[in-house]
Amino acid sequence: MAAQAAPAPADDLIEVTVDGKPVKVPKGSNVLQACDAAGVDVPRFCYHQRLSIAGNCRMCLVEVEKSPKPVASCAMPAGPGMNIKTSTPLVKKAREGVMEFLLINHPLDCPICDQGGECDLQDQAMAFGSDRSRFTEVKRAVVDKNLGPLVKTVMTRCIHCTRCVRFAKEVAGVEDLGMTGRGRDSEIGTYVERMLTSELSANVIDLCPVGALTAKPSAFTFRNWELASTESVDVSDALGSAIRVDARGPEVFRVTPRLNDAINQEWISDKARFQVDALRLQRLSQPLVRGAGGGLEPATWPRALAAAAEGLARARGHELRGVAGRLADVESVVALKDLLNRLGLAGVDGADSVLLVGTDPRAEAPVLNARLRALALAGVPFASIGAPLDLTFPLLAAGDVVREGWNGFAVLADAAGTVGALDLGFVPGAGARGVAPRAVYLLGADDYEEGDVPADAFVVYQGHHGERGAARADVVLPGAAYTEKFGTYVNAEGRAQSTKAAVGPPGAARDDWKVLRALSEVMGAPLPYDTLAGVRARLAEVAPHLARRGALEPPLWLGADALGVGGAAGKPAADPLATRVTNFYQTDAISRASKTMARCVRARQNPVPGL
Amino acid sequence: MTVQVLSVASRAFATNSHDIFNIHRHEPHNNWETEFDFTKENMAKAKEILSRYPENYQASAMIPLLDLAQQQNSGFLSLAAMNRVAEVLGVAPIRVYEVATFYTMFNRSPMGRYHVMVCGTTPCMLQGAKGIYEAVSRHLGVVYGQTTPDKLFTLSEMECMGACVNAPMIAVADYSGGVEKFTYTYYEDLTPEDVVGILEDLKAGKKPKVGSQHRHNAEPSGAVADGKWVEDSPGANITLRGPPPGPYCRSA
Ligand code: SF4
Ligand code: FES
Ligand code: FES
Repeated sequence: MAAQAAPAPADDLIEVTVDGKPVKVPKGSNVLQACDAAGVDVPRFCYHQRLSIAGNCRMCLVEVEKSPKPVASCAMPAGPGMNIKTSTPLVKKAREGVMEFLLINHPLDCPICDQGGECDLQDQAMAFGSDRSRFTEVKRAVVDKNLGPLVKTVMTRCIHCTRCVRFAKEVAGVEDLGMTGRGRDSEIGTYVERMLTSELSANVIDLCPVGALTAKPSAFTFRNWELASTESVDVSDALGSAIRVDARGPEVFRVTPRLNDAINQEWISDKARFQVDALRLQRLSQPLVRGAGGGLEPATWPRALAAAAEGLARARGHELRGVAGRLADVESVVALKDLLNRLGLAGVDGADSVLLVGTDPRAEAPVLNARLRALALAGVPFASIGAPLDLTFPLLAAGDVVREGWNGFAVLADAAGTVGALDLGFVPGAGARGVAPRAVYLLGADDYEEGDVPADAFVVYQGHHGERGAARADVVLPGAAYTEKFGTYVNAEGRAQSTKAAVGPPGAARDDWKVLRALSEVMGAPLPYDTLAGVRARLAEVAPHLARRGALEPPLWLGADALGVGGAAGKPAADPLATRVTNFYQTDAISRASKTMARCVRARQNPVPGL
Repeated sequence: MTVQVLSVASRAFATNSHDIFNIHRHEPHNNWETEFDFTKENMAKAKEILSRYPENYQASAMIPLLDLAQQQNSGFLSLAAMNRVAEVLGVAPIRVYEVATFYTMFNRSPMGRYHVMVCGTTPCMLQGAKGIYEAVSRHLGVVYGQTTPDKLFTLSEMECMGACVNAPMIAVADYSGGVEKFTYTYYEDLTPEDVVGILEDLKAGKKPKVGSQHRHNAEPSGAVADGKWVEDSPGANITLRGPPPGPYCRSA
């Protein structure tokens, strides 16, 4: 999508000197970028490389030779031959002065502030500030704002860098935030109380350099130095954003974005960030078998596997059906496919189908929507076929975009597991149609269609959350959620990426591919792999590109015959094309179990109190 | 009365003396139900204002449009008025709130018929602005930020209006006549006695003398000292060749 900046040709470079060291930077860089390029750290609050320049915190002051006073390096273009100094007594004094000003109205409540320990103001006050203040007057106090269920505000801590305001306007495209008043009385807020109506709103928590904007759902539950971080991949939508999963002991406490310029830049959606409370709710932590009384009863693994094997063995050929859910990782899908093939099955029902048109990226993958928005603002025309949308950027009529020789057929899958399953050829075979299955294997599938699971069928549900699928099942085999396993997911662009286990699965739950491996043993058709490496070698056989992590691959399944729609292609659909994601906050078993997401849904029904 | 004095002492104002908050609080006279739209004549004026700015800089018309809306709306910008301006300009409402809360001459609380603003900046202060404030406050029975019970006067403090040569001074905005009859008048070279007379005249519906109360324009002929007009002795302090012009911003 956003093309990586190609290295600038030599004549587009200028040379400047930073602390005596010559560096070459592209024309149009500012002094701060030149310092960064030279590896010299310049303190900053308001500057952010993905936002417009505000130049209002003054923390980045440096000395430039022949300039009569210190310059704000973020707002000063670098000129050829500039001699920049960052470690002179003048700069030290300037930084101390700015710091003293910033701290004049900043409360000293670090001990009860959730930002403490990862606060830019705290760190920079330690590194560049003076050890005392000369301010003896009264500190101001600012009313806290109610920005909805995700962002907690302690506005007295705000230093007016306006990063949050610029993010809302420029990246999220939702102009809710602003700075009202002036001087000592300025405050950040929405003026009229309202929720931040962006699916990316919680990124302001990371952007805020102080503790003015913090996470409301996890307020006061942890100190950031208690957490252990694991780099992983988000599965709440099909974009596969890079995330960091922070856990303390067996519990995941928060998810924050990681930098990945090709995918999510440095943002994640509110769902990716805050659905994690559901990882402790409604979990399947032990095997269940439907007992004589008709209810699901706890069972041991051997008993549950035996019951599943017995029920599945009753079905023959096309009467056995597998359904992979929205959150199924590629490893477990390939294990399921192999198992079903071994049992002599010809056709398997696919995961959720793919949306070609009639998609709403704002609800399905909001970070992708922010990237599309950036392209749209850069002049790339966009159109949508289907129901009318508010994507925070203008859309043209489809006819204006689709021209002779155009190159831009867009496909957006709406769930993390979709593309991977399709890449593995996990799609309905022709023979499967029209045969009512007698046994169904639901691999984390809660969004199956009624018709796929007849009332008299024997159902095995393998997954991590107790929901529709588990309630219908005769045998429940507890699996692991994305934060608890090493699983490969293919994102909507065709990139294979891996999640990493940050914590262990709860109770007796196990890695999904291992569950299938164990079941195959019980059913007398053992799968030929016993290690994760073994499964991945098998994956590489089935779909070689899945072994090439992080690379873009054209989707294999885009051929019409793979989708089985050859003859029907091009026929206008009867129903208006609309997105299947009507509720961004609740799209899969995890987000539906999340209390935070439920609060968001409620808040969104009435984003502006009294209106 | 103690409470009032306290509120002045702690300067609990947002940006100007009569709006306490820089956020919106719903009140009976100003909430989502309150309505505002430009009258037909004023809409034509708004169109004319917009036409002064290039297509892609229409938002530059924000301040004149807010001023127009304020004059039409008896001197204050309700939420509805600001939202309407945002709509006319095609910008997000928050961008209008930012501007309206920044500038002291935009009022976001209801005003009396006359908005009496006492200049409190250095030159006026040196020439006796404190005495002027005390006289007005005693006469009207209100302090900065308050409106008299008869809704005739709102008293505010303001910063320098550029009439320092005739310090001390007050400005009085008359919001009773809408956009057509709106006036914004300076009264200069004031003694406490003068300012009480001016308020009495306004109350009685008379037109007090505009500008300096003691000289023609700003010619060197005297000054207010200790609350009294003191004539210069003839020939003293003359430094300019000809008679100087009056203050630039004075409406007759
Ligand atoms: S709330 Fe945080 S991000 Fe926003 S202006 Fe204040 S300090 Fe900056
Ligand atoms: S970082 Fe340069 S002024 Fe804030
Ligand atoms: S100081 Fe009062 S008008 Fe200038």
